[in-house]
Amino acid sequence: MLNTNERLKRLIYQTLLIRRVEERVIELYPSDKIQSPVHLSIGQEPVAVGLCESMSPKDVLFTTYRGHAYYIAKGGKLPELMAELYGRKGGVSGGKAGSMHLAAPEVGMMGSSAVVASTIPHGVGAALAAKLQGTKQAVITIFGDGAIEEGVYHESMNFAVLHKLPVLFVCENNALAVHTSLAQRQAFDIVQHAKSYGINTTVIEDGNDLIKVGDIAAKLLESLRAGGGPEWLMVKTYRYKEHVGPGDDFDAGYRSRSDMEKWLATDPLYKYPEIVKEMEADVKTEIDRAVAFAEASPLPTRADLLTDVE
Amino acid sequence: MRRLNFADAINECLDQEMARDPSVFVYGIGVPDFKGIFGTTVGLAEKYGPNRCFDTPLAEDSMTGFALGAALKGMRPVHTHIRADFLLLTLNQIVNMISCHNYMTGGHTAVPLVVRAIIGRGWGQGAQHSKSLFSYFTHIPGLKVVAPATPRDGKGLLAAAIRDNNPVVFLEHRWLHWIEGEVPEESYEIPLGVAQIMRPGSDLTLVATSWMVIEAVHAGKILADSGINVEIIDPRTLAPMDMDPILASVRKTGRLLIADYDWLNSGLSAEIAANVGAACFGTLKQPIERIGFAPTPCPTVRTLENHFYPNAETIIRTVEKMLGRPPMDLTGVDFFSHERRFRGPL
Repeated sequence: MLNTNERLKRLIYQTLLIRRVEERVIELYPSDKIQSPVHLSIGQEPVAVGLCESMSPKDVLFTTYRGHAYYIAKGGKLPELMAELYGRKGGVSGGKAGSMHLAAPEVGMMGSSAVVASTIPHGVGAALAAKLQGTKQAVITIFGDGAIEEGVYHESMNFAVLHKLPVLFVCENNALAVHTSLAQRQAFDIVQHAKSYGINTTVIEDGNDLIKVGDIAAKLLESLRAGGGPEWLMVKTYRYKEHVGPGDDFDAGYRSRSDMEKWLATDPLYKYPEIVKEMEADVKTEIDRAVAFAEASPLPTRADLLTDVE
Repeated sequence: MRRLNFADAINECLDQEMARDPSVFVYGIGVPDFKGIFGTTVGLAEKYGPNRCFDTPLAEDSMTGFALGAALKGMRPVHTHIRADFLLLTLNQIVNMISCHNYMTGGHTAVPLVVRAIIGRGWGQGAQHSKSLFSYFTHIPGLKVVAPATPRDGKGLLAAAIRDNNPVVFLEHRWLHWIEGEVPEESYEIPLGVAQIMRPGSDLTLVATSWMVIEAVHAGKILADSGINVEIIDPRTLAPMDMDPILASVRKTGRLLIADYDWLNSGLSAEIAANVGAACFGTLKQPIERIGFAPTPCPTVRTLENHFYPNAETIIRTVEKMLGRPPMDLTGVDFFSHERRFRGPL
């Protein structure tokens, strides 16, 4: 068992790694080496890190197009991620996924989708498989607050509760769907509404609290493994960058910089500058290696186009 | 050999596959109820329990995505729909998620699942309970599409579909369920992507799909009695389409008629015609002809349905026209025996 300080350091390292990877993507973006649109995780990394802390590679996770953080936090290999963003043969999917469809099934990162809410039922199906196979595996299915407006969210919740399936529904609530605020979209209270399915609900107000997210996720996952039926968790968080792309958009008129400043106050990378400072060199080395791997990997060819359809 | 109707052949296949492989499970709206999807799923819930054969909420979208999640974890789901029209509620999952999942992951994630749906005419089914949707699915890379027409093929092709590591859309015409034929008792596979010659002939090639195979065989007998020998080919698998026997036949006959159980516009018949046109341009003696649904939504009343759907008579008249033969006297031939079996809602 790690002591609290070691544990915090490990979580911060992961958070920092994701942040710096995303910042490297921003740096590389004007060079046109990145071959797909990017939905950066900056600001939301602690949620992914906390949720994945107690997941084993056998526990599975489905997530969204804002998935770089989950890929890394779940244990996906960094060089293969960078090569995938470069669209190279050495990428985790050989350039066929890019940023929006990341998957690393060998570590339980099962898939991510560019169509909002579409992976929610995948988690429910995987949970049924875990139940039938008696594997005691837990499943997390991640979605944003916008996904809650889609019908498939409701269908999936109903079925999971009805069949007591070992799935943790996680609403990563950044209160934005592209450029539209939650208040402009929803006539109902998300949590009250979720409760009406008869599912246990938990809310984490500060998604920057790595320890809290980690502790709560561990407790909920343990309950799933023990056969306790599905759980529902909302983690509030904040996206610092534009919806898609490498830039800032506080001048666009749909939100203000002061919204972000509230979150910077609890951002672990600003809260623990000394710890971060110690880690910067190692993180940089890791990312440099990944970028070098991507740079050295060849582009796929016409023959690659035609493989993997079946 | 033992004779069985198509519904019982499908039921026997599901039973044998569930017994053979514990990762196979069968589910969908109404699957375990007393009617059991035209009898095809009767008894499975009792035999294999509610974990492997179960009903679902009215939630086609999530229940299709659910199949993908289960397949990624090593299961082999068979999701069943009593009307293919309801598949339109599943298209995001089938087209955006399931068909391309393996490709998007660079070949790291097989998606072995089957979507079974019942297509076609019944009694007063109207515009929302009658579609075939063949080309909706054959259009999409990564999907296999199967439409059997005999009990033997139904059983063997469904076994192959369940064992295949790709997503397969399996479309059964409801009237096929009462058609009887020889069906081996043991478990067997009929490989996907292999066409079958239903009747050899030298005058004209007739490619027919799903229920049109039944109509084509009926027409073929009547035509043979008047000295016209059509070669009838059932592709059985609509994607990938086994074109070689079709091309070989057209090279022999020089004439092609496609009788598709679907609309013609942008349909499977156009795809077959394009392929034959490209490969057999020099050997075709006349333009390719196509038969399919009228270019309207499906009407409800039987008198209009009889004009909407092609049948054996439509085939006979088209063949005669293509061969320059005068119309034969068809007085007394019954072309609507199946239609008349419906006396009320079934």
